[in-house]
Amino acid sequence: MSVNTDTVRRIAKLARLAITDEGLAPMAHELNVILGWAEQLNEVDTSAVEPMTSAVETTLKQRPDIVTDGHIQEAVLHNAPLAEHGFFVVPKIVE
Amino acid sequence: MSVQEIYDARHGEQGGYIAGATGDWELIIGMEVHAQVSSKAKLFSGAPTDFGGEPNEHVSLVDAAMPGMLPVINEFCVAQAVRTGLGLKAQINLRSVFDRKNYFYPDLPQGYQISQFTFPIVGRGEVRVDMPDGGTRIVRIERLHLEQDAGKSLHDQHPSMSYVDLNRSGVALMEIVSQPDIRSAEEATLYLEKLRTILRYLGTCDGNMQEGSMRADINVSVRKPGGPLGTRCEIKNVNSMRFIRQAIEYEARRQIEILEEGGAIRQETRLYDQVKGETRSMRSKEESHDYRYFPDPDLLPLELTQTWVDEIAKSLPELPDAKKARFISGYGLSAYDASLLVADRETAEFFERVAKGRDAKIAANWVITNLFGALNEAGKTIETSPVSADALGRLLDLLADQTLSSRLAKDVFEIMFLSGDAPEKIVAERGLRQVTDTGAIDAAIDAVMAANPDKVAEVKSGKDKLLGWFVGQVMKSTGGKANPQMLNDALRQKFGL
Amino acid sequence: MTDLTELSLAQARDGLRAKKFSALELTDAYLAAMAAARVLNCYITETPERAREMARTSDSRIASGKAGALEGIPLGIKDLFCTKDVLSTAASHILDGFKPAYESTVTTNLWREGAVMLGKLNLDEFAMGSSNETSYYGPVINPWRRTGDTAKLVPGGSSGGSSAAIAAHLCVAATGTDTGGSIRQPAAFTGIVGLKPTYGRCSRWGIVAFASSLDQAGPMARTVRDTAILLGVMAGHDPKDSTSVDRPVPDYEAALTGDIKGMRIGIPAEYRVDGMPAGIEAMWSRGANWLRDAGAEIVEISLPHTRYALPAYYIVAPAEASSNLARYDGMRFGLRVAGKDLTDTYEKSRSAGFGAEVKRRILIGTYVLSAGYYDAYYLRAQRVRTLIANDFKAAFEKVDAILTPATPSPAFAIGARNEDPIGMFLNDVFTVPANLAGLPGISVPAGLSEDGLPLGLQLLGKAFDEETLLRVAGVLEDAAAFTARPAQWWRA
Repeated sequence: MSVNTDTVRRIAKLARLAITDEGLAPMAHELNVILGWAEQLNEVDTSAVEPMTSAVETTLKQRPDIVTDGHIQEAVLHNAPLAEHGFFVVPKIVE
Repeated sequence: MSVQEIYDARHGEQGGYIAGATGDWELIIGMEVHAQVSSKAKLFSGAPTDFGGEPNEHVSLVDAAMPGMLPVINEFCVAQAVRTGLGLKAQINLRSVFDRKNYFYPDLPQGYQISQFTFPIVGRGEVRVDMPDGGTRIVRIERLHLEQDAGKSLHDQHPSMSYVDLNRSGVALMEIVSQPDIRSAEEATLYLEKLRTILRYLGTCDGNMQEGSMRADINVSVRKPGGPLGTRCEIKNVNSMRFIRQAIEYEARRQIEILEEGGAIRQETRLYDQVKGETRSMRSKEESHDYRYFPDPDLLPLELTQTWVDEIAKSLPELPDAKKARFISGYGLSAYDASLLVADRETAEFFERVAKGRDAKIAANWVITNLFGALNEAGKTIETSPVSADALGRLLDLLADQTLSSRLAKDVFEIMFLSGDAPEKIVAERGLRQVTDTGAIDAAIDAVMAANPDKVAEVKSGKDKLLGWFVGQVMKSTGGKANPQMLNDALRQKFGL
Repeated sequence: MTDLTELSLAQARDGLRAKKFSALELTDAYLAAMAAARVLNCYITETPERAREMARTSDSRIASGKAGALEGIPLGIKDLFCTKDVLSTAASHILDGFKPAYESTVTTNLWREGAVMLGKLNLDEFAMGSSNETSYYGPVINPWRRTGDTAKLVPGGSSGGSSAAIAAHLCVAATGTDTGGSIRQPAAFTGIVGLKPTYGRCSRWGIVAFASSLDQAGPMARTVRDTAILLGVMAGHDPKDSTSVDRPVPDYEAALTGDIKGMRIGIPAEYRVDGMPAGIEAMWSRGANWLRDAGAEIVEISLPHTRYALPAYYIVAPAEASSNLARYDGMRFGLRVAGKDLTDTYEKSRSAGFGAEVKRRILIGTYVLSAGYYDAYYLRAQRVRTLIANDFKAAFEKVDAILTPATPSPAFAIGARNEDPIGMFLNDVFTVPANLAGLPGISVPAGLSEDGLPLGLQLLGKAFDEETLLRVAGVLEDAAAFTARPAQWWRA
């Protein structure tokens, strides 16, 4: 499976990373080196096993329906680059 | 059978096609309903789920997706989803998995939504929809899964900036996906109303569309009857019954027009513009969404025991379909009346309290006609009714034992509704007892006859219809209290009719 | 007075209890050492005022007989742990100015037992790396140098700041995190002890997440005893972490009996990789002999899928990371670089905020999860993971612990491996399998290489059997009698 510059552009968009046009080919190359090396996993016969769902053998702990949190508006907004009237202020998406 | 053939077999004989320029078109609709789980705290955080509130007040650090935060599941939300699944007669999956749905948007602070993609908690079920023509449509449920709600963005506060409130972020939602079994806008609203009723019966969602507790995404496509399925468009986030109808009707016409002109439908997501009354393409979400679903590694698979599910099943209330059937067979009500009474669990319970030990049909009539009428006019609900079930019941007792005529009972009811007073009290204070004393009635009739000899003569000369006038006059003179039947009998006797 | 920074954790603890010196004196000694060693670049943020305040509190607690398990002990905290009101960066530009309003569970445990915070230690950005060269705050220099050479060496990674600081006596001990070897490998490169607990032993709440199913916090210290003491405080169930296991925390220090008679130690054939330096092979054999001399039985075992661990790791870890790092978007905290609209702002903020290695891993992760590739890459890697875990399960029916080298080489020069990502990945060849299987592992300094650099031996244990691990590690440590110290070339 080979990654080309179009793929890098698409993946970068999905990941919201800006890659300059000059940077596309080198990144494609790097990704191909790594993915090519990972191809050796295809040698393994995985037909008899399930994908690992958890590294720890335990069941999902559940909590009761009690309000134990919230009402910390100040802490929530504490590190915001921009906040006003209790809201996070963010750039608009262009429709 | 192919999917095609199943559709045709199930719906081929139903009418309701849309007539186009080139012939009839069949409307194929599926709905994805997002129902907010009734719970105190959120699905994966302990913040409150209350509606409204100051912005970012009902937000925990987990909801705000601060570095290092982790989800912990709310067991009650899980139970609510199972309860809903059982109410939909659906398969409960004892093992389900939470997946991350990855995309970027400011109202999605984690950059992913915790949802269930491959292994949802509930599988196939069904909803029976009562059609106005008396028939029943079965809308199959494909699945139900649990997921987090997103926050809210305000776009109209500033020209280039949006304001984000994460209060709703992380609230538990049940996404209920139907098969494309719905065939008209009317059916769609009936389906949604039935679903809403079931959820309210179960107490798993309050169905308050104004507050956003329930929203629908509608998948609409058209095809020539018996033909291949058309390309569908999704109308997102419609939050009222009226808009659902309008949106479907608009979208159906839009698609038919395009196809009849020889064009093709582009598969896309659309929004319903309630001001313009049309659906609009959501251009910004046009980019193909690759959500890269994978199991959330901060959580383990959810494993339920059959014992636990059975406990929940035992605790389910009687559901609308069963209640309706019981009202018809047990109380002898018509299907129509039964439907009205079971639309709401509180209403059904109210009715049964009134009907207990009394004539059920009379009780049904009074609840549906008199009580509902008064409540609607006053903008009240069964929960806020000034007339309690017991009070109404006792009013009906006074009617049954002839203390009140039906006309007087209506008067007393009106006063009960306005004052909240007990019927006995009103009757006593205002002397509204029916007059059943024949002597008194005779005397009243004699008085009117004596005062109106010309009318008496007219009746005697053949104008039977004037009896009605006499009835009116005697009623007036007795303050409406004369027993109508006795009055009629006495009048006829006096006139020798 | 003796240089107080020479004392191990156990010695400092005993000394404080015996009131031989005060907590404040101990802390001041470390603050001075830190100030003189800034060239090593171990600390991103030093917290001297807070440290002294905490030390004063410890002194009054000791005086009133209320000393906690770590009372007055000055620690460094890897800057991946969120510490309340103290800059927490994950060594990334994207967390510029981020001072959390909350404290991680693990560090909460430490402060509850009276430990003192000296500062936040440097690391590879977002814990992605094996050399501490990807930090936004610059590389960490290994206090160790090759004999007769002044070339700057890497301390290993990602917990490079932690390992270097301990080796240079700039803290008594430190916290680290280990996702693919990030505690054990730097411990080996700097001649200290580092332990990765069983997955779920320590809480991940409040630790910046890299790869959720692999990350685990763990202790790093000078000795096995110190490591055991620190683990006992760090470990424990946390209801705020769904992957945290509800099991009691044993007295790890009490496990150090020194008695391993009758224990079976496995030597996995597949860890004998091609081109392994002779010195490392020799050290491994020596280690096996030490354990045999102490009464253990050495057993040849097979872990057949070992060679697939690294490629599986480099699919699973980036995949989880690509999703975990989506929240670093410039909207609610950290760096925001304004763009012309939302999408542009996301892209500018993240591109300016993340370094090259992080970006590369996010792209790999995004790719292997994307439509059409999920089955071929991610699911396949997760199946291989099951096979690897099964290998260990089978092996642990025959043995109580497994002995391997910790790393395929000693520390290398800064900049030496930058052109070769695969070469860099191979640093973790011995450590990664334990992360995939969720098993505990410890690195113990065992000797010096030909050019005078520390080499470590690794022990792997059964799930939640850190006691056996520590017991065997203690025996190795005694036998190795590793007393070498780096010459203090860095003191100004």
